[in-house]
Amino acid sequence: MSVPPATITADSVTRIDAVEPSVPPERTPSMRNPVATQSIFDLAVPGRRSMLFPPSDVPDSPLDELLPADQLAGSPPALPEVAEPDIVRHFVNLSTLNMSVDTHFYPLGSCTMKYNPKRHERLAKLPGLVDVHPYQTPEDSQGLLSVLYEMQEMLGEIAGLPAVSLQPAAGAQGEFTALLVAAAYFRDRGENRTKVLFPSSAHGTNPASAALAGFETVQLGASADGLVDLDELASHLDDQTAVFMITNPNTLGLFEKDVARISQLLHDVGGLVYIDGANMNAVLGITRPGDFGGDMMHYNVHKTFTGPHGGGGPGSGPIAVRDFLGDYLPGPVITRNGDTFELATPPKSVGRMRTFFGNVGILLRGYFYLRTLGPDGLKAVSENAVLNANYLRVLLNDVLPVKHGDLCMHEFVSSAAPVKKERGVTAMDVAKRLLDHGFHAPTVYFPLVVPEAMMMEPTETESKATLDAFAAAIRSILEEDPEVLHTAPHGTPVSRPDEVAAARKPSLRFCRPDR
Amino acid sequence: MTYLFTTADERREMLDTIGVESVDALFETVPAELRLDRPLDVPPALTEMELESLVTERAGRTKGVSSQTCFLGGGAYDHFVPAVVDEIAGRGEFYTAYTPYQAEASQGSLQVFFEFQSLICELTGMEVANASLYEGGTAVSEAVFLAVRATRRHGKIVLLGSVHPEYRQVVDAYAGHLETEIVTVDCPDGVADPEAVRAVVDDTTACVVVQHPNFLGCLEDVESICQIARDAGAVSIVSVDPISLGVLRRPGDYGADVVVAEGQPLGVPLQYGGPYLGLMACRTEFMRKMPGRLIGETVDREGRHCYVLNLQAREQHIRRDKATSNICTNQGLIALRATVYLTSLGPHGIREAAELCTRKAHYAADKLGAVDGLSVAYDKPFFKEFTVRSERPVGEVVAAARAAGFGIGPELAPLGGPENTFLVAVTEKRTKDEIDRLATALA
Repeated sequence: MSVPPATITADSVTRIDAVEPSVPPERTPSMRNPVATQSIFDLAVPGRRSMLFPPSDVPDSPLDELLPADQLAGSPPALPEVAEPDIVRHFVNLSTLNMSVDTHFYPLGSCTMKYNPKRHERLAKLPGLVDVHPYQTPEDSQGLLSVLYEMQEMLGEIAGLPAVSLQPAAGAQGEFTALLVAAAYFRDRGENRTKVLFPSSAHGTNPASAALAGFETVQLGASADGLVDLDELASHLDDQTAVFMITNPNTLGLFEKDVARISQLLHDVGGLVYIDGANMNAVLGITRPGDFGGDMMHYNVHKTFTGPHGGGGPGSGPIAVRDFLGDYLPGPVITRNGDTFELATPPKSVGRMRTFFGNVGILLRGYFYLRTLGPDGLKAVSENAVLNANYLRVLLNDVLPVKHGDLCMHEFVSSAAPVKKERGVTAMDVAKRLLDHGFHAPTVYFPLVVPEAMMMEPTETESKATLDAFAAAIRSILEEDPEVLHTAPHGTPVSRPDEVAAARKPSLRFCRPDR
Repeated sequence: MTYLFTTADERREMLDTIGVESVDALFETVPAELRLDRPLDVPPALTEMELESLVTERAGRTKGVSSQTCFLGGGAYDHFVPAVVDEIAGRGEFYTAYTPYQAEASQGSLQVFFEFQSLICELTGMEVANASLYEGGTAVSEAVFLAVRATRRHGKIVLLGSVHPEYRQVVDAYAGHLETEIVTVDCPDGVADPEAVRAVVDDTTACVVVQHPNFLGCLEDVESICQIARDAGAVSIVSVDPISLGVLRRPGDYGADVVVAEGQPLGVPLQYGGPYLGLMACRTEFMRKMPGRLIGETVDREGRHCYVLNLQAREQHIRRDKATSNICTNQGLIALRATVYLTSLGPHGIREAAELCTRKAHYAADKLGAVDGLSVAYDKPFFKEFTVRSERPVGEVVAAARAAGFGIGPELAPLGGPENTFLVAVTEKRTKDEIDRLATALA
């Protein structure tokens, strides 16, 4: 997921970068936010303790007989000294300053903020899952390996791409991994392909991953209908083309209806098609990346399969690829030998993308979800996600029009441009005011092809009543005095932080007043 | 159907509002020939009760550390996790939120990550820390890329051979396509000889990567190695065990440029390798070259103190192919765990944990080293983990431990380490009695 921030643009950033750091803003009492809690460092009192350890039961040798004196620290790190009740009250109070899926409607486009089932949290903490050491022998891990093997199989089936690696830690690492797989495949064939292409509406991770994998990046322009322009794409394709990265449905919430033709164009020049799976919530059991022409894809288990999102991770970004690319996947993967599950590294593997097996804790939650839903449930997820998105789109279309397409998939991108023209109210104003109404804001100013973009993804786990209330809130916001909106939100602990000042004089850690 | 609750009547109303006949009509933009014309071939749906039975059975066929006393190491450790960590991380307001793009709706997460950065700075003695990377191995790779960007040197990346072999494999996968040569310095005696490091570092070297304590458990002459990097204008990258910083000097005190770590020991369950926590901290001069989220303090419209995602100009959603990294979703919830863990221990707690690890590991090394056919492989200082050499095949030794209810290892040869050796890690959780019984089982 990649959402441009409120006030920083690539242009303004260049200027900010030119300013050098770094004096923290002065921490004066007048700056304190009366609504926020204090810093954990402010709560510290010398001598206060929380965690206590039992006394040593082995011979109490002086430390400097066990470790060289010149390696020993003179004093321990200056962590805060607090008691357990301080800790609990501090962090619980902080938690109440968040909006979350558990507490609010959170239609953040491209992020699939669906309900996170509580059963997942209980099951993932079972002994035999939560407490397994990564170097435990496979014979002692058979139950867990059987689960992960089934997860590989299910992800291969849902993708229509049979070879799966569960290793990548998040979607962006899945992209990077798949591009290394493609590079290894081409190298093996003696081909020197240098270019990775993507549409202008692509998530920022696509070009960033391509650059990291050593490819030249080529961004296509925006077409009038919001879909990939086949002629433009064709004009860029040649024997240097390695991979076309495409999100389908795309970030406008539209299905790329010509995706099979796109795939043919790529295959005709010997290139591969990568499907960014961020939007899989629209097509589960409806259509499969492998069936519509994709050669490789990643999943975002924390999105589609309800990870959860964790305040910014951990995610999990497994990849699925066609059989002929399976030999290049990172290792280890799980293989089945009769009733026994083993760890194996594919013969031409790109190697290892991270330490140990993968983000197993998140993969387990995805497994619980898939087993709960089954084939009909998965299809119903996408049907209801698309139903909810279209319903919300229609409720808002006359005030926040959607420029592209008559129907949307699981999300849509409205534009506040007409409102801005008439009343000077921006997408950001509406987004911020929504917080006052008890709704998290949609993704704003992404994708860039829509002016004053508001990207809304309600997900399937919201009721009609919630969507009605959200639409009513937007309609009432749009009738408010624009001044109220420019200065919104008004009911949140803080309002419109000064990001430019933050970047100009970065203060990235607590500084004691006495330092 | 589970998690779906729109009634038939509501659906009809919604479809009427949309102006279509059926849900199927909403998918008309998906060409018929691309549709899946059968149900997905995945297992049928389960109720919560059925799922719990199934998962409990699978979990029962896996031996976690609650059913096998864990002396396993190699980068993941069985440290004690206070209950307060699970309780706070179990707050839905934290774990069902996402990246704090909307600062007004995310001050809770933002302040947690700011406090996390502050704690990691205190722990490492460094000036700046980010809000987390995936895990220890990718953190090393990101640090290497930072060093290449910062020095603009594309000649060499120098890694000590005593760095975790899986970290080195990750660097190979991440950086293998670069022109830059990856040079590994052999460590036959369990640690690097600084002179051997000096011999390969030159004015084309972007960085020197050292792990301290290293993969074999030994303490490196890390100050000399940092100095060698500095003398050559290269970036020193030190991978540490965060718990060790309760007793060992902080990297900021001996001149490290970039500190990375696997943060798993800081209150994160083992869960078969992840999700864990990549830590990265550096000196201020590298701040704008850093990968990942950085949370900063600022003031709001009314002058109130608050927190925001800062220096986003480095990141992929702004800079796209010129970003400092492709990382987007990182390890927010695990950073929260580490924050609560470090707060719970405090300065005295982390000191005690580290001292207990040190004393118990040394006691275990004495006991196991005295077992006939076993010896401590390297006569070097170590912290909580050490390498054992065996005259018997390591498989037999591991099997004997397993039969007695102990997990030891990993064996090093399959990971590219020396033959007939394995690791033993001893955390504060292990008791004298457990150590004695392990020694007996291996005798």
